[in-house]
Amino acid sequence: MAEKTTIILHSGEMDKAYSALIIANGALAMGMDVSIFFTFWGLERLKKNKLEKGPLSKMNFFGIGKWLIKRKMKKSGVASLNKLLENFIELGGKILACDMTMEIMGIDKDDMRDEVITEYCAVGTYIQEARESEVTLFI
Amino acid sequence: MKNIQVDCINENCPVPLVETRKALQKASQGDIVEIKGTHSSSKKEIPMAVKSMGYNLLSIDQNDDIWTIKIQK
Repeated sequence: MAEKTTIILHSGEMDKAYSALIIANGALAMGMDVSIFFTFWGLERLKKNKLEKGPLSKMNFFGIGKWLIKRKMKKSGVASLNKLLENFIELGGKILACDMTMEIMGIDKDDMRDEVITEYCAVGTYIQEARESEVTLFI
Repeated sequence: MKNIQVDCINENCPVPLVETRKALQKASQGDIVEIKGTHSSSKKEIPMAVKSMGYNLLSIDQNDDIWTIKIQK
């Protein structure tokens, strides 16, 4: 069985979503299995058309900071979050969506990108994944 | 036996690593995957990934800013 990485994405900011998806893609590319558990503000990014919509965690300046960083990223050849998610799924990564967050935030399954979500689940599934992982991260 | 070309010139982290993995996944046993890129850390990291997955690293070359890595599945 392949080694495994499990990531919790608790944050909704763009830069943190980048961290999660870059690490996740890197781990898949190095031959590991990977799951990302989206919870709380992170879960927002799994709603339809919301993946790229997070602000910067610092120096957002009502979106101007984010716009500048995005422009710099494009110039530097950094992939978009949508492209990273697409690659993640193509390489067999699993997307876990926290059903408790959906309930407390009043998010309906129809609001979510159901086609990318492997499973709607809770802490038990995360622990089951994490206990057999060599790498676990909370972002 | 096929020769598969992957162009990652001017792509940044983690694209060269990911595209290498995607190409190797699609390749058949014995195929050769040739990746070209400019991201310098990927030149070090692609061989690490190749080793951990047990594929055969054939060569690493550098020509000005562009590196070329050849891998056999």
